[in-house]
Order: sequence, then structure tokens, then C-alpha cells
Amino acid sequence: MQDAVTSPVPAGNALGAVNYLSERRGLASWLFTLDHKRIGLMYLVSILASFLLGGILALLIRTELLTPARTIMDAKTYNQMFTLHGAVMIFLFIIPGIPAALGNFVLPLMLGARDVAFPRLNLASYYCWVAGALLALVSMILGAVDTGWTFYTPYSTTTDTAVISMALGVFVLGFSSILTGLNFIVTIHKLRPAGMTWFRMPLFLWALYGTSLIQVLATPVLGITVLLLAVEKGLGIGIFDPALGGDPVLFQHFFWFYSHPAVYIMILPAMGIISETISTFSRKHIFGYRFIAWSSIAIAVISFLVWGHHMFVSGQSNLLGAIFSFLTFLVAIPSAIKVFNWTATMYKGSIWLAAPMIYTLSFLFLFGIGGLTGLFLGSLATDVHLHDTYFVVAHFHYVMFGGTAVAFLAGLHYWWPKMLGRMYSERWANVAAGLVFVGFNVTFMAQFLMGAKGMPRRYYNYLPEFTPYHVASSIGSYVLGFGFVIAAAVLLHSLLRGPLAPANPWGGATLEWQTTSPPPTANFAGEVVAGDPYDVERFEFDPGAGGYVSVRGAAAGH
Amino acid sequence: MNVLQTLRATVQAGGRDGGFWMPPAASTTAGEVDALFHFILWLSAFFFALIVGLMVLFVVRYHRRRAARPQRSASHNTALELTWTVIPLVLVVVIFGWGFKVFLDMNTVPADAYEIQVTGQKWKWLFTYPTGHVDENLHVPVNRPVRLVMTSEDVIHSFFVPAFRVKRDVVPGRYSKLWFEAKRAGAFDIFCAEYCGSSHSDMIAKVVVHPEGEFEAWLEKEGNVLSKLPPAEAGERLYRIRGCAQCHSVDGSAGIGPTLQGLFGETVPLAGGGTAIADENYVRESILEPQASVVAGFQPVMPTYKGRLTDAEITALIAYLKTLQKAH
Repeated sequence: MQDAVTSPVPAGNALGAVNYLSERRGLASWLFTLDHKRIGLMYLVSILASFLLGGILALLIRTELLTPARTIMDAKTYNQMFTLHGAVMIFLFIIPGIPAALGNFVLPLMLGARDVAFPRLNLASYYCWVAGALLALVSMILGAVDTGWTFYTPYSTTTDTAVISMALGVFVLGFSSILTGLNFIVTIHKLRPAGMTWFRMPLFLWALYGTSLIQVLATPVLGITVLLLAVEKGLGIGIFDPALGGDPVLFQHFFWFYSHPAVYIMILPAMGIISETISTFSRKHIFGYRFIAWSSIAIAVISFLVWGHHMFVSGQSNLLGAIFSFLTFLVAIPSAIKVFNWTATMYKGSIWLAAPMIYTLSFLFLFGIGGLTGLFLGSLATDVHLHDTYFVVAHFHYVMFGGTAVAFLAGLHYWWPKMLGRMYSERWANVAAGLVFVGFNVTFMAQFLMGAKGMPRRYYNYLPEFTPYHVASSIGSYVLGFGFVIAAAVLLHSLLRGPLAPANPWGGATLEWQTTSPPPTANFAGEVVAGDPYDVERFEFDPGAGGYVSVRGAAAGH
Repeated sequence: MNVLQTLRATVQAGGRDGGFWMPPAASTTAGEVDALFHFILWLSAFFFALIVGLMVLFVVRYHRRRAARPQRSASHNTALELTWTVIPLVLVVVIFGWGFKVFLDMNTVPADAYEIQVTGQKWKWLFTYPTGHVDENLHVPVNRPVRLVMTSEDVIHSFFVPAFRVKRDVVPGRYSKLWFEAKRAGAFDIFCAEYCGSSHSDMIAKVVVHPEGEFEAWLEKEGNVLSKLPPAEAGERLYRIRGCAQCHSVDGSAGIGPTLQGLFGETVPLAGGGTAIADENYVRESILEPQASVVAGFQPVMPTYKGRLTDAEITALIAYLKTLQKAH
């Protein structure tokens, strides 16, 4: 990589000049920063650490499941492992992952703004996350929770593990999520630049807007629920425990009233990333902008009305079952529209298989399977058989991991040069993407098969006939883990030896590509005028500049 | 053979015996569930192939090596987009309706169903028959609707028989109901599907489907263990199926409660000081009023069996305890 040092600095690289990373130095300049880019970066490091922890737990779980009886740990430890894996991945990684880390960095830049509307609130949200994460870690040390991440009562109110501190951790994390959502809503309403009407806004912002609505409206319900749980466990006030006069199924209603919309907190921003990358790397205007934008809002609204599909076998009435099943099918339609529109965007393009695009195509494949297998679970009769089996585990991993985490990787590789000013090795990034894709499919396809055959989830021991599926799944998980090690190595290597990144390495038409890589603290040097965010065709590669430059003025519309 | 015939054959194969994806189908409604499962499967496979096929086609055809520049094409087409909104909408409404219809069939209990009471507790199932017989496995007649009335003693469990395609949560403080009609004799797995603690995955039992006419004979025989078997043997059966074995070992190892090996006739230290001789009256008291004389070193967590074991059953249990000598 010697040439990285000797070759001329590409146009728009600011690593040697003033940028948000170098402008102030020292630990305090980071801990008390109000810069959305620095906060985004701190979030990024924190959630990646959580992802590492959750991933190690997952590999331990898969190793235990190599044999039908004990392999490396006892039943109690295993139950704590899957609880922590779920809680860490969901509350610490995937919910804040795209909005708080990537969104925080990109949202003001896409708006051509200097920062989010409330920078102090933004920092407060980060420290809420830290406090919540610490409480969760404390409960791991005090006596790891063994309830499953769903905390179902009355099990959770009768177990002797540290449920209260875990519940409080989730409560505090909820505030982090609410504050981010509130900040984004106000920022999008108030800080759009001249020329950016609602329908000329990048689709990632539409997705973040929909996400923020859910965060602000649904998270308080989770907060109240876990607080009631802590009150019941700590003070013995009967709310959910039938022994104290409570109703255990009420907890499930409360819990899923938040946690189903939360699924869309996780997937909507992922869809937003795909809308950006598919257009940029196909060198085509996004197809059907308005349908995609409205589908984000439709998902945000309908997602509030489907929670009961987690409870088809809980004993709720047939009528409730029918209503929730119907609404569940309805929420599938906006997702289907997006998938069709993304595919149509590639038509007659000039497709560039760079790492973010490889992850984007992986997303379409994996989210396709995740979405379609949702049909089996939304349908009442088939759900009765599949509920609480590995089929469900495989389904939500295809959506949450194959969908959200893979889109997160697409976004991370897409915005990495902008965030840190350096390019990574394309070849090795693609190798990592390939390993993640293959490992993921082996891991979770095996789980679809055994789930349909009746293998229940959260089983420490299992019947011998399920062994081949479990072994295949565990081997797949090792490949998957290896893929992530390579991906991490590629990105870390780029920081040390990567070639300098130009302002616009991919030819994106959204505003963040019009400032330097990395941007200055104030984001933009002069006034920003927004054009069509998907008019990517006006950017062409200029070997002299080392990146993409605009070959004509911004188009007026789309 | 055209595509439609292949599809129908696959659906029928699924209906008969689960096919590649599903476990054996042994109840009247399993075939209906499997038919819907395979319908969704083929529909999904079609749309998945369509999307991935187009994706691969576009990547190959429009890769930038072949297509250096994008070609002009529309950036939206309302008619086209409405088409791919409406077609999936119609299809999911069909799936919804079909799923609801089969669900209603699965939830509508025939009037003449044979009723069995089910109790879930950490970590076993107990099945109580109309004769009063209690068993650890579920025995049912073939070709006769069976209705289960289920409740839990502690946390939420979920009764799941993959071969019957039925599942229902078993909740403390309320009764939940489930019915099925077994279509063939044999033994099938019962799983607990709702996570319930450390031995959740061991909460497995069998449903034994008896051939025509044999169920009644089985119940008659099992229902009279006390009169048919010597008391010690009857006591051993009761020990296994009435929940004692969960906490009290018979091999000397400590569990949630003290082991029963070599217990009878010994002097045991009591919590709070003092001792007791483990004779007939002490054992009887410990079963009916477990908190009265707790053995030192153990928690007072045992539930009372007052009203749940008859005097004859307690006598049989005592006879069994007498046979449990210390290993030498």
C-alpha cells in the first residue's frame, strides 16, 4: 500500500487538513462533544463492542448445541447465554445500530445541516445508552438473567436471577431510543435545506423518520412494562403473577405492543440504507420513490396494530386471532413494494459490485427469505404448529440479521470512507461479504428445516433426530463468525494503510458526498442547495480527482 | 407432468405424511395444515425465484463491464407499481382466509370429545383421566376426538404435539383448551414449547395412540394399579408419575429435596433443631403437610399433596420407601 502514501491526495480528502476528527484533541473533546459525527462514531464503537459480545455468546450457544446433551456448559448457564445473546443483540446492538450510529452521522449531512436540532439531547441519549448498557452488564455479573429476552411472566417474577437490574437497564436504554427519535423528528421537520421538500428527501431519511415515530410512541410502553415488572418482583404488587392476583398474559400484550413495532425500528432504517445503495451502485435513479417513501410510513403505522400475532396460541379469542392475522398480512405489502422497486431500480443500470452493493444484494436475498417465511407465521393455522419452534428463530434471524445487520454492513462500508477518510480493500471486503452470506444461510436454513419438523426453541437438550440440523447450523455459525473477523480486519486495516478517500467515492447524489471526507466539524464549507437525491447519473468518475464529480448542474426534480 | 400436477402431488404427499418439511401427520387436521403450509411454500418459492432471478439477470446483463453507462428508463410507473401492490395483496388475503378457516376447524371441539385434564408443572406433564387415573404420558384412543383441559401449577408452559400440528399455552390461573383426533396408532412426542426454566427441554412426554378398542382396556388396567400390583410396586409407579421423582432421588444423590434412599426408619435432623424418626407417620405427615417437619439443609418448597393422594396411595408409597435400602 506504499502508493497510498505517495499518490496525490484525491479531491475532497481532508485527512491532512481540518476535519471533525482532528479539529479538537484529547479524551474530553470526545466525552463532551456535541458534534453529531463524533457522537455517531462513539455509538458505532459501542454498538460494535455489543455486537462482538452478542456474537461470542451466539457461538458459545451453537457450540453447546453440537450434541443433544451437555457439550460445554450446564442448562442454567445455557439459559443465561441465550437470554443475554437476545437482550444484548436487540437492546444494545440492533435497535440503536442503524439510527444512532449511522443515522446520527449521516442524517444532518444528508440535510446539508450543521448538526441535529438538539445536540445536547443527542449526547444525553448516548449516555443513557451507556448507563443502560452498564446496568445490563451489572445484571450479568450479579446473576445473569435466565428469562429469555422476552421476560415472560410469571417465570420472570419468580426466578432468582437479576431481573430487576436488567429491567431497569432496558428502561434506561428506552430513554436513549426515545431521545434519538425525538431529535431526528425535529431535525427532519426543521432543518431541511432550501430546495429539499418532503418528496425530495433521501429515502434513508424517510425511513429514519418512520423509525423515529415508532421510537417515540412505542418505547414508553416498554418502559412502563419493565417498570411494572420490577415493581411486582421488588415490592410483591400483583400485576402479572396469578399467585398475586395478576394476569400473566397481560404482560405479553404489553411487551409485544412495544416489541413488535420495535421489529420495524430495526428493519425500517435498514430498508432506508438499501434505497440509497441500490441506486448509487446501479447508477440509476431509485425506481418508484413515492411508493417507497409512503411504504415506510405505512409500515410505521400498521406496525402498531399487529402485536397479537405473537400470541396466536396464548388462548386469545378466535376473533382477535383473525384481526391480528389480517393486519399482519397487510403490513407485508409495503415491504413487498419496496423489494419490487429495489429490483426495478437495477433495470438498465450500470451495476457496480463494490462491497456495499454485495451486501445490498445479500440483503435482498436474505430479507426475501425472511419476509416470505413471515407468511407461514402470519397465517393462523400454520403458526400454531410453527410457533416457538426453530422456524421462528430462523425467520427472525433472516429478517433481523440477514436483513438489518447485513444492511448495516452495507451502510457501514458505504459511509466508511466519509466517516474516516480512507478506502478499504475491495477484494477482501467482498471475501468477508461472501463468507457472511454463505455462513448465514447454512446456519439458519438448517433451523428452518428442524423448526418445521417440530424442534422447539430455547432447548438445552434435544432429541437425537435433530442432531444433523444442529451440527450443520453450528458449522455455519463458525463460517459466519469467521466472515465477521475478516470484515473487521478489512476495516481496521484501512484505518492504518487504506488509500485516502475522495469526497465522493461511489458517485452518490445525496448531500453527504458533497463535503470532504471526513467532513469538517461544521459539515459544509458554504451554503448547500439540494437537488434530486437520486440523480446519480450526473456524477461521473474523474481519474484526475480520484473520485466522482458532477458533470452538470443539479437537476430540478425527479 | 405439468407444474400444477407436480404441485398438487407435493401438497398431497405433504397431507399424507408431512413430506420433506413437516413431521409425520397423525391427526385429522394435520393434513389441512400441511396443505396450507405447502401452498405458502410454493407461492413463496415462486416469488423468491422471480426476485432473485431478476436480480441475477440484471447483475449479469447490466454489470458495468457490459453496460458502462446506465440507459434511460422510467424512474416510476404507477400502473406497474399498483400491479405489484395489488397482486400480493390478493394473495395474502387468500392465505389469511385459508389460515383462518383451518384455525377455526382446529379450535372447534366436536361435541362428543373425550375429555382429559392436563397439568403442566416444572418440568413434567400430568394427565388425569375421567376415572381419576393420573399418568405421566398421554394415552388416547384412535379415531376419537379428545379434548384437553389444561392448566399450570407454576409458570407458563405450552403443550405441543408436532405430529398433530397442535399447540396451546398452558397458563397458571386459567384453563386453556385444545382438541385433536388421532388418525393412526403409535407414539408421538409432546414438547413444552414455552420456556419454563432449567429443565424446560426435558419437559417431554409421549402421546400414545391406542388402536381401536384397546384404550378402554388400558385405562381399566392402569386405573387399578393399587388392586392389581403389590403395594411396593404400585408405590414405585406413583413415585414416578405423581411428581415425587422431580425433587427426591432414590439413588442417594441430593436434589431439591432429600433422597429417599435408605430414609425409612432413619433419624433425620430437622430444620430449626431437633430430630425425627422417619417412620410411617412422619412420611405421611411430610406428604400431607410438607412444611411441618422440614429436613435440615432443605428449603420448605414442597407443595401439599392433601386431596391429591388417597390413603391407599400413601400406603403404597410408604411400602415403596421401605424397599429403598442404602447402597453398600
